[in-house]
Amino acid sequence: MDLYLILQVLWWVLLGVLFVGLGTMVGMDMGVGTLLRFIGKTDTERRVMLNAIGPHWDGNQVWFILGGGAIFAAYPLIYATSFSGLYVVILLLLWSMIVRPLGFEYRSKIASPGWRNAWDWTLLLSGALPFIIFGAAMGNMLMGVPFHFEWNMRSVYTGSFITLFNPFSVLAGLLSLSLSVYMGGVMMMGRAPEPIAGRARAAAGYAALAAIVLFAVLGVWVSMVNGYKIVNFPGAGVPQTPLQQTVELVPGGWLSNYKNYPILWAVPLLGFAGMFLGWMSVRGNKHTLAWWLGAVSWIGVVGTIGVAMFPFLMPSSSNPSQSLTLWNSISSETTLLWMTGWTVVFVPIIFWYTSWAFYVMRGKVDPKEVEADPHAY
Amino acid sequence: MIDTLVVDLSRWQFAATALYHFLFVPLTLGISFMIAAMETVYVTTGKTIYRDMTQFWGKLFLINFALGVATGLTMEFEFGTNWSFYSSFVGDIFGAPLAIEGLMAFFMESTFIGMMVFGWKRLSKGQHLLVTYLVAIGSNLSALWILVANGFMQDPQGAAFNPITMRMELTDFGALIFSHDAQAKFVHTSIAGYVTAAVFVAGVSAWYMLRNRHMELARRSFRMAALFGVLSTAGVITLGDALGFVGAHAQPTKLAAMEAMWQTEEAPAPFNVVAWPSQSEQRNVWSIQVPYVLTPLLTHTLTKVVPGVDQLEAKAAERIKNGIPAVEALKLLAKNPNDAAAMAQFKAHEKDLGYGFLVTRYAPDQDVSKATEADIAKAAKDTIPEVSVIFWTFRIMVGLGLLMLAYFIYAAMLTISNKLEAPQNRWFLKLAPWMIPVPFIACEMGWIVAEVGRQPWTVYGMLPTWMSASSHSVGYMIFSLVGFVSLYSIFIAVEMYLMVKAIKQGPEEHGTPSTPVSHKPQPSFGGGFAPNPAAPMSAHKE
Repeated sequence: MDLYLILQVLWWVLLGVLFVGLGTMVGMDMGVGTLLRFIGKTDTERRVMLNAIGPHWDGNQVWFILGGGAIFAAYPLIYATSFSGLYVVILLLLWSMIVRPLGFEYRSKIASPGWRNAWDWTLLLSGALPFIIFGAAMGNMLMGVPFHFEWNMRSVYTGSFITLFNPFSVLAGLLSLSLSVYMGGVMMMGRAPEPIAGRARAAAGYAALAAIVLFAVLGVWVSMVNGYKIVNFPGAGVPQTPLQQTVELVPGGWLSNYKNYPILWAVPLLGFAGMFLGWMSVRGNKHTLAWWLGAVSWIGVVGTIGVAMFPFLMPSSSNPSQSLTLWNSISSETTLLWMTGWTVVFVPIIFWYTSWAFYVMRGKVDPKEVEADPHAY
Repeated sequence: MIDTLVVDLSRWQFAATALYHFLFVPLTLGISFMIAAMETVYVTTGKTIYRDMTQFWGKLFLINFALGVATGLTMEFEFGTNWSFYSSFVGDIFGAPLAIEGLMAFFMESTFIGMMVFGWKRLSKGQHLLVTYLVAIGSNLSALWILVANGFMQDPQGAAFNPITMRMELTDFGALIFSHDAQAKFVHTSIAGYVTAAVFVAGVSAWYMLRNRHMELARRSFRMAALFGVLSTAGVITLGDALGFVGAHAQPTKLAAMEAMWQTEEAPAPFNVVAWPSQSEQRNVWSIQVPYVLTPLLTHTLTKVVPGVDQLEAKAAERIKNGIPAVEALKLLAKNPNDAAAMAQFKAHEKDLGYGFLVTRYAPDQDVSKATEADIAKAAKDTIPEVSVIFWTFRIMVGLGLLMLAYFIYAAMLTISNKLEAPQNRWFLKLAPWMIPVPFIACEMGWIVAEVGRQPWTVYGMLPTWMSASSHSVGYMIFSLVGFVSLYSIFIAVEMYLMVKAIKQGPEEHGTPSTPVSHKPQPSFGGGFAPNPAAPMSAHKE
């Protein structure tokens, strides 16, 4: 088999891995942020929550930064087209994310309740908003976005930012928010003492149920909208631009990969299984198992979208033939090869020291220690 | 055609957010190593004063670090949001160092910083020291990859334009990362960060010493900073010279602007110490020159001719003419990638493709085949960046660098001879806190020289800046500018407030009980302050 083709498919899978990493690791921290004022009733309770993720949020956030960097490097055309096209939304995402490091670092430096409340709301916003936008962006990819290219591959976006908040995408945003709240709730079950852990358990349970309902509704919805199908293109593993292909709209077309290969139904099933078993293990108070089942849910959801759209990544609703696919937006063979090399070397190392960091910080956070420790958040 | 106002606003936004980000980065780069040095002394000697120092400077480091991380996110986003054509044009090369930065450096720095802050009770001394070093190494590696990416913009090595995919693609990874510009720039920039940290630590320590507070901590920190500062300031100047030398080959236009050299002169050419350059008249309205100095300064020889603006502009005009057929061929290839004649024409003119792009904005209907001599002359004029800005920012940077060298040599002499606290040197302690802004200004000036000097290109000689911007409306740009200005103003106010508060509050000392004298309030600073015999020379053991 052709090396370039193998690398292309590998980087399509790695894109999914990045989204799952983002969903589980960043989702967990942001879920805690979203829940901050709901399950943390007093200042000390909120500090316990912040200190439970305190040693990890910065490292976890790199999943997000790496996601941006990897899309830039592996799919330059996707990075350029989506970030500039969704300008207003991306800036809202950015601004909600850049206040977060300050929230962690600065909130507890001053004892005034006004100061701390302000940062609490900031952390809440910067926990909830990014995941709504993250999910809504995925939803918009399924619905198609209005853009086209000039002769030299300059992308031109022709929609307004309001259209990005269509009902389907908002529901997709709520699905990703639910999964993030689930991850955050499960994290607090393990790291926070009562009564926070009990409230976190309730929140995670409701979040799992909400995710099941939303995932099902979105699934039915997708089966009724237009999917995209390549009619003619230079071929997989061939260097090309989107100007050289023909694409047509097919009603219910996002299900065609599932219809052609029924075994793929296992992927959405995995998502439902993760959420349902997650709900069960939350009820059974098994937080470690529930965390891993949350990761399984993310694999299921990201995988379901990936399989449905394959090989599309960012379809154009206004000029379908210029839709961005895996084949026409990916980097060159040399770049992919080098990036694969770096990934193979560094990802195991990252997993190793991340696990070590979680191991060192294992166990529940003690409210008394938080109040006594000058380094605490 | 993109609205030129949108391009200008995009440039202002990027420049403002990058300069802002660069207020926090240098301090992070340097202070992380100084903290690691302090902790090394603590672990090897067991003196708790060094743990107090590590924790105190660590606290200030974190306040600064949070904003560095936050504003760094903006930079990663902005390539896509505001420079989308740039991003798709060079993402194949430029994206790779950014992604590798995440994998290799940023993950490490960010994971271990959590351990550094929260791990004091859970890690052994040795483990914590290792974690502190990993944070310092991580932040510096991070800078390495970012500057490899920036080095590519300054001198695009290891890449070629692919007319089939309509973008630049990586051809040689080794050439990309070992580009001389990237390497010289990395060392120059990271050492500039060490200078920044040294000035900061010395300034804050002097402020305590003036008030007779935390004397033990301040004295040892000052001594460490002074020695760190002498070495790194000497390094930054040497490497700055190397960077200029490398830059002379890669970007002759930047060099001509830095020296305000309008006319090519016979070697050895005179050096403009100060000048009043006029871009429109292409001459210096007035200048003070030192004969013969420029040539050895820039070329390290007496005979090499340094091209002035006149020669560079003429050469650019030639390259524009040669680049026009490349753009025409590319348009044909966009319609039919199998057009052999167009491919042959493209290959023949490929090396001047960027210059062909440059004239597009002036050509009637943006059709390069219609470009007139006047259009070409305009585009050639564009290849000379804003001379007065570059000339002066460069001189301010160099001047401040020399000032800091003198400052640190004097500081080191005072601290080594134990005369720092003598009454006649009180002025020096008073000066030190006022030196804190100096390295920050020098760093910003250096950034302006590098990036304004690169104009009119985003990728030197390949991709013009005006083409690189996203096609946005002016309304979008105003929206984002207003957002950034308001958020960033709040951020800096909060950061400065917390920084000053933390400094005023001072360190928590569980320190060495062996030096109680220094903690007692003194009637006046000069009141018989003898060098403390309990402050051993091991203070500067790094």
